Amino acid sequence: MAEAHIKNYTINFGPQHPAAHGVLRMVMELDGEIVERIDSHIGLLHRGTEKLIEYKTYLQALPYFDRLDYVAPMSQEHAYALGVEKLMGIAPPPRGQYLRVLFAEISRILNHLLNITAFAMDVGAMTPMLWGFEQREKLMEFYEGVSGARLHAAYFRPGGVHQDVPAGMLEDILAWCDQFPAFVDDMRSLLDGNRIFKQRTVGIGVVTEKEALDWGFTGPMLRGSGVAFDLRRAQPYDAYDKVEFDVPIGKNGDCYDRYVCRVEEMAESLKIIRQCIEQMPDGPVMTEDGKIAPPDRGQMKRSMEALIHHFKLYTEGFHVPEGETYTAVEAPKGEFAVYLVSDGTNKPYRCKIRAPGFAHLQAMEFCSKGHMLADSVAILGSMDIVFGEVDR
Amino acid sequence: MQELAEHIAEQLGDVIQAQNIRLGELMLTVRREDIVKVLTFLRDDSACDFKILLDVCGVDFPDRPERFEVVYNLLSVRQNHRVRVKINTDEDTTVPTVSDVFATANWFEREVWDMYGVFFSDHPDLRRLLTDYGFEGHPLRKDFPMTGYVEVRYDEEQKRVIYEPVKLTQEFRSFDFLSPWEGAERHLPGDEKAEDAPADQAD
Repeated sequence: MAEAHIKNYTINFGPQHPAAHGVLRMVMELDGEIVERIDSHIGLLHRGTEKLIEYKTYLQALPYFDRLDYVAPMSQEHAYALGVEKLMGIAPPPRGQYLRVLFAEISRILNHLLNITAFAMDVGAMTPMLWGFEQREKLMEFYEGVSGARLHAAYFRPGGVHQDVPAGMLEDILAWCDQFPAFVDDMRSLLDGNRIFKQRTVGIGVVTEKEALDWGFTGPMLRGSGVAFDLRRAQPYDAYDKVEFDVPIGKNGDCYDRYVCRVEEMAESLKIIRQCIEQMPDGPVMTEDGKIAPPDRGQMKRSMEALIHHFKLYTEGFHVPEGETYTAVEAPKGEFAVYLVSDGTNKPYRCKIRAPGFAHLQAMEFCSKGHMLADSVAILGSMDIVFGEVDR
Repeated sequence: MQELAEHIAEQLGDVIQAQNIRLGELMLTVRREDIVKVLTFLRDDSACDFKILLDVCGVDFPDRPERFEVVYNLLSVRQNHRVRVKINTDEDTTVPTVSDVFATANWFEREVWDMYGVFFSDHPDLRRLLTDYGFEGHPLRKDFPMTGYVEVRYDEEQKRVIYEPVKLTQEFRSFDFLSPWEGAERHLPGDEKAEDAPADQAD
C-alpha cells in the first residue's frame, strides 16, 4: 500500500467563538484532533488605554481601570489608587481601607462566579451559569448601591473611596453572605464529583510549579500548581493584615485544581467580607486633605474655598510628586499591577498596566500542545481570560 | 532590602550603573549588553531567587540622548521581595532578548517592540502583538499623536471595511490646566525695585 501523505490541518479558532471568552483569534495546527501548534493573535480589543491615560489627569484616568477587566472592576481601581497614594505618600482612613477590602472581595466573588460557571459551560454544564448569574446580579446591586453603576463603578479613588456606603447596606451584605454558601454547595454538588466534568478537567493542562513560575503565572493559576503565594498575605495592603483567611492551594496544577482553588477562594472571601463588616470602624472614608479629596456638596454651597478646591480638582486635578512605583494587588485573576511614572505634573507620564491574563494567555500554546482540540477550550476556560485586560 | 541591595552590588560589581531604593522599591540600572547576565544572576542566585518576571515595559523620554528605558520587574515568591531593573536604549540600538531566561518575556518584548519600536535581538518571534494587522508606527512613543493616523469604517458602497487617513472636524485639543495654583505674579510693570522680591515660580 502506498504511503499516504497526511497534511496537518490548520484552523482559525475565533475571533468570534463562544468559547474564546471574547475576541481571541488562535491559529491552530491540528494533527487529527491533537493540537500541534497554537499561534494566538490578540489585540482585537486593544483600545490604547495606556496612551489615553497619558492624556488624562490622575482622577480622569481612574475609570479606564474599570474597563480593563470588566468582570471585577474594582480590583483594577485598587491597584491604581494604591499606586497614586504611594507616590503621594498618603493613606486612606481606616474606614476607607476596610470598605476597599470589602469591595475588593466582592469583586473577587463576582469574578470567580463568572469564571467557574463559564468554565463549567465550556465543558458542558449549563446549570451553574444560570445559578451563578443570579448571585452575580445580587452583588452588582451592592456595586450599584455604593457607586451608582453596576459595572463601571469608579468607586476607589486615590485617598480612599468616593462615598460611604448607604445606610443599611452592610446588613444587606451580611444577609447575602448567609445565603451564599447554600449556592456554593449546590454548585459544587453539580460539578465536584461530576464524571463528565472530571473527565474534561482532571489531568488537563498540567502546569508544574517551575513552569508556572517561568511563564509568569500568578493568582489561582500559580496556586493551583502548589505555590502558596498570595499578595494579600505576603505583601498586605489596606486592611488585609487585619483580617484572617487561608490561602487554598492545589496539588496537581491541572484545570480541576484551579477550579477547586477558585471555589475555595470564594469561601475565604466570604470570611473576609464578614470580618470587614464586623471590624469596620466609623469615620471618614476619604482622606480629608482638600488638595486631593473633593469637598462635599453641602460645604460647596457655603464655602468659597471649598468651591475653588472643587473647581481646581476637577479641571487641573492634583499634582503627584516625581517618582515611579510598581504597585501590585492580588486581583481575582492574579497579580494586577500598575507601573506609574510621574513627572510631577497632573498627568501620569507613563502608566503601564500589568494584566495577569496577558501572561496566562501567552502560555496557551505551551499548555495545549499535545492535547485534544476540545481540551484547549477547557484550558482556556481555566485560565480565566478576559480580553479587556489582555488587550488593554 | 538594604541587605539585598548590598548583596547584588557585591556579586555583580561594576555591571551595575546605578542602584537606589525609593518608596521602598529597589531599582537597578545596568548596561543593556549585560541584561541577560543580570537577569540570569537574579534568577539563579539563592539570596535573590527572582523566579518570576512579572513585567517588561518601555518608557519614552524624547529629550534624552538614549530615549527609551526598558524596565523589567521581578518578583521572588520564596523570599517575598521585588526588584526593578532598567536599561537605556534608542531607536537604532538593539537590546538582547531575555526570552531564554524567562519564557514569559516573549510576549512582553513583542509588546515593547510594537509600542515603542525597541528592537530585541535574537528574539524567536518578534512580530507586532497588540496593534492591527499592517499597522505602521509605534503608538506609545511620545511623538505619536493620540488620534493616530488611520481610521477604519464600514463603507456601504463597497460593502467592506476600509482604512482612511484620520479626518478631524476639530483639531485635537489637550488642555493641561497647569495654571499657577499659587496665584499671579506679584510685581508691577515698571517697578524696578521688585527684583529683590521673591520671584514666583512661573512655568
